[in-house]
Amino acid sequence: MPNTHPCKLVVIIAEEALEGPLAKDVMALGAHGYTVSDVRGCGSHGMRSGVWDADSSIRMEILCDADTSLAITRHVEDAYFRNYAMVTYVADVGVLRPEKFVR
Amino acid sequence: MDAIPFFFLLGFVARLARSDLKLPGQLYEALSIYLLLAIGLKGGMELAKQDPLQVLPQALAVLALGAAIPLVAFPILRRLGRFDRYNAAAIAGHYGSVSVVTFAVGVDYLTARSIPYEAYLPLFLVLLEMPGIVVGILLARLGGEGGKVRWGPLLHEIFLGKSMVLLAGGLIIGWVAGPKGLVPLEPFFFTLFKGVLCLFLLEMGLVAAGQAGALRTSGAFLVGFALAMPVIGATLGSVLGVAIGLSLGGTLLLATLAASASYIAAPAAMRIAVPEANPGLSITAALVITFPFNILLGIPLYERIAGFIHGS
Repeated sequence: MPNTHPCKLVVIIAEEALEGPLAKDVMALGAHGYTVSDVRGCGSHGMRSGVWDADSSIRMEILCDADTSLAITRHVEDAYFRNYAMVTYVADVGVLRPEKFVR
Repeated sequence: MDAIPFFFLLGFVARLARSDLKLPGQLYEALSIYLLLAIGLKGGMELAKQDPLQVLPQALAVLALGAAIPLVAFPILRRLGRFDRYNAAAIAGHYGSVSVVTFAVGVDYLTARSIPYEAYLPLFLVLLEMPGIVVGILLARLGGEGGKVRWGPLLHEIFLGKSMVLLAGGLIIGWVAGPKGLVPLEPFFFTLFKGVLCLFLLEMGLVAAGQAGALRTSGAFLVGFALAMPVIGATLGSVLGVAIGLSLGGTLLLATLAASASYIAAPAAMRIAVPEANPGLSITAALVITFPFNILLGIPLYERIAGFIHGS
């Protein structure tokens, strides 16, 4: 599409307990913002039905430039992967108004 | 027969039978907000009638009980259960903290039998939420590897977690407003309480049965611990209840609190403070075993223990 600009989409699916710490971390690492939604699903940590707090998961999406996406993925790898139920991936996307997301 | 525990059973059986029964997540949230506020308001209203100097020594003794229970549970889990430090501390912390719903069922048990109790006991419920969690975290961190605790976010989680804000907030509002100020709220917060408790227990039955699969991997020791620890806690609570001069009903309620294990505040705090611990173990013990045991069999048993220690 001619009117979109290349950008990285970092998606972090994690335990609800991590929402606060993750939000703080990604902003400190250079993200301009993030979107969080409540999700449910199933994986190596079993069923996460999202009915009550201890069983809830969130999906955090961050649109950012390549350097920030690298900083975020390295950080979550170091800080959280070992002890928490978590999935993280990065995709190449095209965005409108790139100045909202990249430095 | 009390109808209330049957709602838990209905939810539990429905989930095990794979019924599609499901309460909306937002309703669960709303019901828990209602219960916490209602319990806090009731306690605050009764507290307004008390002499603070008389309640203060009791409150301090109850805080000490909350700190003592994980110290009893931890060596049992470490030595007999051979759990690592983190899991033993996290489970011990869950048992040091308390379950609001178990308390509410205990209150209903006393009301149904017309057994009087000190109506300011929700104050003790508020006080018992915290110390167990703090001691559990200290047990995990002191002497373990990577001993530093980020106390800032943790204390925020403990003191400003939603259950604490609602319970303590309700208590303060009830205390400040007093019985007269709460009259307009009575139909909503007090008359409807039992019905809301029934719905909440239905949901807890669904949640507990949803977690029951973890029993297969948790091991026989944990099951035994989750059945024995409430009885130990109830005995300690009964001894303290008699020592601080509570009535038989008050002693039974304190025993019930000491027997209960947290599955709302403690899991949230422990997940941040002791991420090395497997949350499945503590939640299975607290929610799948101890919680149903307490509301179905435990409370009548604690009535006997409290009666025996009370000498009546």
